[in-house]
Amino acid sequence: MPDQPIGRLKLRTSALRAYTMLLALIVIWLFFQWATIDPNHPYGLFLGAINFSKLLQQTAVTGVLAVGMLMVIVSGNIDLSIGAVVGLAGGIAAMTQGWGLLPCLALAIVIGVLIGAIQGSLVAYLNIPAFIVTLGGLQAWRGIILKLTKGATIPVELPFFRSLGRDFINPRIGFVLAAIAIAAIAWSSIRRSRARKRHGLQTASLASTLTRIIIPSIVIVAFIFLMNQAGGVPIPVIFLVAVALIGAFLTTNTTFGRYLYAIGGNPDAARLSGINLKRYILAAFCLMGVLSGLAAILHTARVGSASPDAGTLMELDAIASCVIGGTSLMGGRGTVFGAVLGALILASLDNGMSLLNVENWAQYVVKGGVLVAAVGFDMFGRRKG
Amino acid sequence: MSTELETRNSKLETIGALLEMKSITKSFPGVRALDGVSFNLQSSEIHALVGENGAGKSTLIKILAGVYPHPEYGGEIVLDGSERRFASVRDSEKAGIAVIYQELSLVKELNFAENIFLGREPRRFGIINGEELYSRAQKLLDELQLQIDPRTPVINLGIGQQQLVEIAKALSQNARILVLDEPTAALTDTEVETLFRILTDLRARGVAMIYISHKLDEVFRISDRVTVLRDGKTIGTSATSQTDEPRIIAQMVGREVDQIFPEAKHERGEVVFEVRNVTVEDPSVPGKRLVDRVGFSVRKGEVLGIAGLMGSGRSELLMALFGAHSGRKSGDFFVNGKQIAINNPNEAISHGIGFVTEDRKRYGLILDQTILRNMTLAGLRNLSGRFITDEDAEAAAGERASSDLRIKATSVFTIAGTLSGGNQQKVVLAKWLLTNPRMLFLDEPTRGIDVGAKQEIYAQINRLAEAGLAIVLVSSELPEVLGLSDRVIVLHEGRVTGEFTRSEATPEAVMSCATGRARLAA
Repeated sequence: MPDQPIGRLKLRTSALRAYTMLLALIVIWLFFQWATIDPNHPYGLFLGAINFSKLLQQTAVTGVLAVGMLMVIVSGNIDLSIGAVVGLAGGIAAMTQGWGLLPCLALAIVIGVLIGAIQGSLVAYLNIPAFIVTLGGLQAWRGIILKLTKGATIPVELPFFRSLGRDFINPRIGFVLAAIAIAAIAWSSIRRSRARKRHGLQTASLASTLTRIIIPSIVIVAFIFLMNQAGGVPIPVIFLVAVALIGAFLTTNTTFGRYLYAIGGNPDAARLSGINLKRYILAAFCLMGVLSGLAAILHTARVGSASPDAGTLMELDAIASCVIGGTSLMGGRGTVFGAVLGALILASLDNGMSLLNVENWAQYVVKGGVLVAAVGFDMFGRRKG
Repeated sequence: MSTELETRNSKLETIGALLEMKSITKSFPGVRALDGVSFNLQSSEIHALVGENGAGKSTLIKILAGVYPHPEYGGEIVLDGSERRFASVRDSEKAGIAVIYQELSLVKELNFAENIFLGREPRRFGIINGEELYSRAQKLLDELQLQIDPRTPVINLGIGQQQLVEIAKALSQNARILVLDEPTAALTDTEVETLFRILTDLRARGVAMIYISHKLDEVFRISDRVTVLRDGKTIGTSATSQTDEPRIIAQMVGREVDQIFPEAKHERGEVVFEVRNVTVEDPSVPGKRLVDRVGFSVRKGEVLGIAGLMGSGRSELLMALFGAHSGRKSGDFFVNGKQIAINNPNEAISHGIGFVTEDRKRYGLILDQTILRNMTLAGLRNLSGRFITDEDAEAAAGERASSDLRIKATSVFTIAGTLSGGNQQKVVLAKWLLTNPRMLFLDEPTRGIDVGAKQEIYAQINRLAEAGLAIVLVSSELPEVLGLSDRVIVLHEGRVTGEFTRSEATPEAVMSCATGRARLAA
């Protein structure tokens, strides 16, 4: 036993699932690239800078919501109300533009948190099933929008508000961000290998450490180059990346994240291990609220106005993103990476089929089929593995 | 009376058996649950099946009921002189065998009659014929002389009456063999009387019954013959009138305890934990006391055993002490002489208590997470930062625990659900050791694991006590309690009925207290 190397770095099944999803995304992309070849675009239109930039903008709102939804689902709950919350928070932000930019944006976030806290308390402390609480919320919040806006659509007047959803960051800043990201990756992997040595665990070889730094760096630089061809990285995409990074950190590197997975995986065992279930479930709903507020801002800014039916069915897109990304609706399983990837797959299908002029009805059928197929493959793989 | 029984017994021996189970064997991964068990049943007989938990009673019944279908066990089942191989529960039911388990399988929302004929409703043109349904149910009730309206929803019936619904249901399916698993565990005295009257009636009508119970006084009241199982073997079958309780108890426990449990030398220190007057109520039946004014103390380096049969309040006591029982509780708790309150598991952990819970799959593990994640769950904040986790510090601690406890797995990143029972139990133990406890509750620490793993767990318990931990051990396996404990208290129906030092604690004495035959003078 003692001569066996301990702390082996090995490919875990979750990592394997992530690679499979990535592969599925690439297959979808290549398919649309091939299908959009025409005399004007001999290499295809889909992955061109302009369309790709548009695709990512379409992903941003769903992706932000999917990160929040992931945490709620992992804790063994669900939030059906977020589409209505996006509508309500966006509407209120648009109505209060007269108070100035920061107050009206802050208000959208506060509304989101408040609703998250109310719904989370009902679920955690009164034990009302999340499905019921948020199904009720879905209707109630939508009703309040109608009351407040009297059914009217409110345009976004503040230019900076609108630019949050439509503008791009300066190409030069894009490169600065890329440099910061690469430095951060390098620093963290060096720190990590030192820590492993300190704890007497096996360390990765120099070659593998270098690949772990170099491959992401190449991807980042290529991404910035591509985006800069279309005017720079879209601001909503910056928000999505930030939310995804923070979400990934929360779920994998904090006690909060660890406890969420434990609560969803086996609530009895979690409770007996001294975890305060109620507190963490409430926290998950509050975070969902923050992200709903942010999504409301991005969505309202992008559309340029707040309409009473804004955000309708967004909850289903967010849930579908999580599920396509390998999240179990029973709780306890799923990753932020998967959820964002799921959102990207959904947006790619939307965008690609629109480019191909696929009829509306067929788009719905395909998206529904992909959702069911993704879960089917996952179940099949799990049974065999 | 005795002549009547004797003629009865001689009759039993002359008639060919209704059911014969011959050299039945059954293995689970790593455990041989049944090892050549033989058992026979005559018609018009109540045959009691007794033995300690884990002796093999339930496994034997599940084979008879078709839960473990034919090729999964060895041996022969002979019914009416011909061999039967049940492929499913349905097969066994068709042969006239009905099992009434401890957990009843009624649909609470449906009424008495609907439950009895569930899936077999009298129909006319595909539509349920209500008239016939209720008249047939009423006829059954009359036969059993029960005053129940067949339209009463089952949810409104007491547990005792629900049990009678199950029996009525079995009879409506023309069951000839009725298996009752601990039928009186949740019944009141009057309900027990009703049940016994019905069982006696059924016997007179030719129904054969297998009666499983821990309560030996009932066994002696109702049964014609009694068979004792121990460690998956038949120890003996005797006519109930020709044996007595001490003899049955001796057959149930007789085992060379010293061979498995090396004498440990525990240096006992000061009292670490003391409780007085602990009372715990049933959360669903307020006022019903599951634990009734129990008190005990544990010293540093001491193993305190709590013996008691299923339903004696052992697990509820530990759950309540750990702040995890949902019923009302009262009592005084002291840690190192200071009075404290424990309202939730987190407070218990912060007072240095660790709790290796029973039923590791339900309460102990998150089955689809890794060994490491499971191990570090309870002590995460000691191992890592308060908010940001330190994966490498965790891995290092997990690796150490894994090799200390000799967990057999490819790595600490193996999924917990894929491990054998013994290794899973070690993971749960490691989880609590990583919280740096001062005292450890162990509830059924070796349930369902193989002999080798059991001995390793025993060695660990001794090692931990030697290292100065105070340990409270609950087990329904008597030899385990006697072999490991420095002191033993015995619970029966929520009360302490006996307290023994290691040298006083003989299996017979403890079992007498656990079955309620003997009681502490107090």
